[in-house]
Amino acid sequence: MATLKDYKGDTATWCPGCGHFSVLAGIQRACIAMGLEPHEVAVITGIGCSGKVSEYMRCYGFHTLHGRSLPVAQAVKLANRGLKVVAAGGDGDGYGIGVGHFTHAARRNVDITYIVLDNQIYGLTKGQTSPTSKQGFVSRTSPEGAGEQEVRPLELALGAGASFVAQVFAGDIKRMTEIIQQAMNHEGFALVNVFSPCVTYNNTYTYFKEEPLLDLKDVPDYDPTDLNNAYNIVLKNNGRVQGVIYQNNRPAYHTFLAGYPEDPIAFRSIEPDQDVLNELWAEFK
Amino acid sequence: MKKEITFKIGGQQGEGIDSTGEVLAITLMQQGFKIASYKHFSSRIKGGHTYYHIRASHQQVYYPGDTTDILIALDDESYEHNIGSMSPGGYVLLENSKEEKVEQKDGCTVIQVNFSKMAQELGNKIIRNMIALGSAVYLMGMDYKMFQPLVEKKFLRKGQALVDLNINALKKGYEYIQNLGIPPFKVERPEPSEQALLTGNEAFAFGALASGCRFLSAYPITPASEIMEYMKANLPKVGGVAVQAEDELAGLLMAIGAGYAGVRSMTSTSGPGISLKTEALGLAGMSETPVVIVNSQRGGPGTGLPTKYEQGDLNTMIYAGHGDIPRIVLAPSTVEECIRMASMAFNLAERYQCPVIVALDLVLSLNKQTCPDFSPKMLEPIDRGKLLTEKELEELQEFNFKRYRLTEDGISPRSIPGQRGGVHPANSNEHSETGHITELPDIREAMMNKRMGKLKSFKMKGYEFIGGEEKPVQTLFIGFGSTRGVLEEVVRTLQDKGEDVGLAQIKVLHPFQPEGLAELAEKAEKIVVVENNWSGQMAGLIAKELQVAHKIETIRKFDGNPFTLAEILNQYEQLLTKEVV
Repeated sequence: MATLKDYKGDTATWCPGCGHFSVLAGIQRACIAMGLEPHEVAVITGIGCSGKVSEYMRCYGFHTLHGRSLPVAQAVKLANRGLKVVAAGGDGDGYGIGVGHFTHAARRNVDITYIVLDNQIYGLTKGQTSPTSKQGFVSRTSPEGAGEQEVRPLELALGAGASFVAQVFAGDIKRMTEIIQQAMNHEGFALVNVFSPCVTYNNTYTYFKEEPLLDLKDVPDYDPTDLNNAYNIVLKNNGRVQGVIYQNNRPAYHTFLAGYPEDPIAFRSIEPDQDVLNELWAEFK
Repeated sequence: MKKEITFKIGGQQGEGIDSTGEVLAITLMQQGFKIASYKHFSSRIKGGHTYYHIRASHQQVYYPGDTTDILIALDDESYEHNIGSMSPGGYVLLENSKEEKVEQKDGCTVIQVNFSKMAQELGNKIIRNMIALGSAVYLMGMDYKMFQPLVEKKFLRKGQALVDLNINALKKGYEYIQNLGIPPFKVERPEPSEQALLTGNEAFAFGALASGCRFLSAYPITPASEIMEYMKANLPKVGGVAVQAEDELAGLLMAIGAGYAGVRSMTSTSGPGISLKTEALGLAGMSETPVVIVNSQRGGPGTGLPTKYEQGDLNTMIYAGHGDIPRIVLAPSTVEECIRMASMAFNLAERYQCPVIVALDLVLSLNKQTCPDFSPKMLEPIDRGKLLTEKELEELQEFNFKRYRLTEDGISPRSIPGQRGGVHPANSNEHSETGHITELPDIREAMMNKRMGKLKSFKMKGYEFIGGEEKPVQTLFIGFGSTRGVLEEVVRTLQDKGEDVGLAQIKVLHPFQPEGLAELAEKAEKIVVVENNWSGQMAGLIAKELQVAHKIETIRKFDGNPFTLAEILNQYEQLLTKEVV
């Protein structure tokens, strides 16, 4: 059985107190709880502080480009269905430069988990306004207050067809681990939006502690399989909810692929089958 | 007796010109003729002049020719557009709904026929082209019954009635001209041979599949979409996956993801897509991920000429991207070569763990050529390079596998996700041997040297000499891609006139392979680089790599259409005249 020691990668250099430490721990704990070995997990990241997750977690990983983790992650999963594939990135990564990939990944529904470390700021470039910064947010790139309305990740994901949508605050590591595990167990595209405070440029710890998110486990009879419920609870609470907001069991992308093998493509022989080749060649004769 | 016949059918797009041309091309191929063909079309679905040109010969030809022996013109525009390129004594079958007559005009016999009326007589106006084809076949001196096998293959599943309708249509057109008493051409029949007829796109896709490619992700784009369509249809037959990506960038990113995961993978695109994919090209180079990128070039820049031909991406393919990216760029010039180069591309990508770009162009991608019957010998045997087995990895006993191990040849042993003992992060940032981010100057230098140095051992013959036995010549022509066909005929024409010329058709664009070529270039008095772009990108490459700028002349064309033989010969004459003055 793998332990935390097996999952420990390079020493993390995030600012002390950064929410990302908890998210990293949450992913590691979820993998351990699921009985996964590091070689069975692939963590595909974008760049920025959040992109370092693939550095600090020991497993297969790919630190890709800004906003580009999702296409890479989907292909890794399709190429090797035996892997648990987690994509991770920040709010700029997923909802800014990579938002096109995000919406298409949601509707494509490849069986991967996407964890967005949402700190509502560009941290590694030293504190610029991000897509999830609130309208009016003041930074060096919006000195008079951001003019744009913020991206609303939950509504965006629901609208794009994500089959699993969850949100959690990084300060609640137990709940986060539980939700990440649920997401990883979901067969299809699963979004976990994690509010992960940036202690240096946008410290929201106090804000989230003083005004905690509404946890859906405290909402009697909340039914996450109903899309109307999901929209309503998100709209009513202005996105300030925690838990699994929506989950349906629509078939994942690979189930639509004709001839998709039961075993990982990556480990199949690629020596050509002469009969198949002859049959294909006959079409040109 | 002629050993060659050229044919053209012209009309409006959406009138079945393509499929009619194809029916004839396939049938002539089945009869043993070698085929070169060319489709002319524009960027719309219905309307606009289009034609399908076929040259059927006893010898393998790669150029459809400047002239036409038999033209079917389904409208006056097709007549006007194509009458200038008729061979003397040729026949024109011109659709005319008002009158039917035969006259000598523009050096040809123009036969005006009401094909539409004849189609109505058969009760179906869509059969018009087949009637016209029957007429053309009579003029070729061949029998319409030769179409029977193909017509059955195409239509029998839709019922015998449709087969009969097509054969009757061919017969009706055939007999109509026969009854006019017009003497047909006499074309000698070639020896039958096992062969196939396919486009460069089909050939590359087939070759990729045969070489173990099991993943394609791409975005639709002219003139490369057929590659994705072929893979969508056929990858499932070998347990592979084709994904239509949301954009060009994702097309390459997904292929990189699959490549990282250990699956031979590719993306297909054209120039605008290459521009968009450039970011991911750097990712593949930096993370040392094998991936194959097919770029079927079209007219640029911007949206450019979306359905027209150009060879303007040479610089982009070699240089695109910030920083220094290890890459290999290959350029096949015939359909047969597309198959072989597919197998080379996948081997090279895994051997050197870098992106391999294969440069096609619209003419090579979309036009059918005959190709010898497939045999596994056409492919390079599969070589997966330094891909380790799980057993080999476990023997290393590395807690953190050194995916980017510094080795003598710069190529590191590789593991893929799922393998015990190979755990590592692949990385787009500069990284250490274990794949972890670093900014240490020593490691940065070592890693740059490793990545850029690993291609030092890449050596292969970078060109093909055409024009007899390879030897130094007075005038050396240089080209790449689909120009091979016409340049071969340029060389033959000039050699027939007694000139000492030869052609070096470049097959490896990068890393440039000077071996052999340098000597030819040095000993030539003049180098004539023929290419389809404005700035002379190949000429620039040759000048830089071989230090022969002083004797390079260029023949360029960038109007969206391929060179004709006459155009090159004219420009060549002008070069000579310029010197005399």
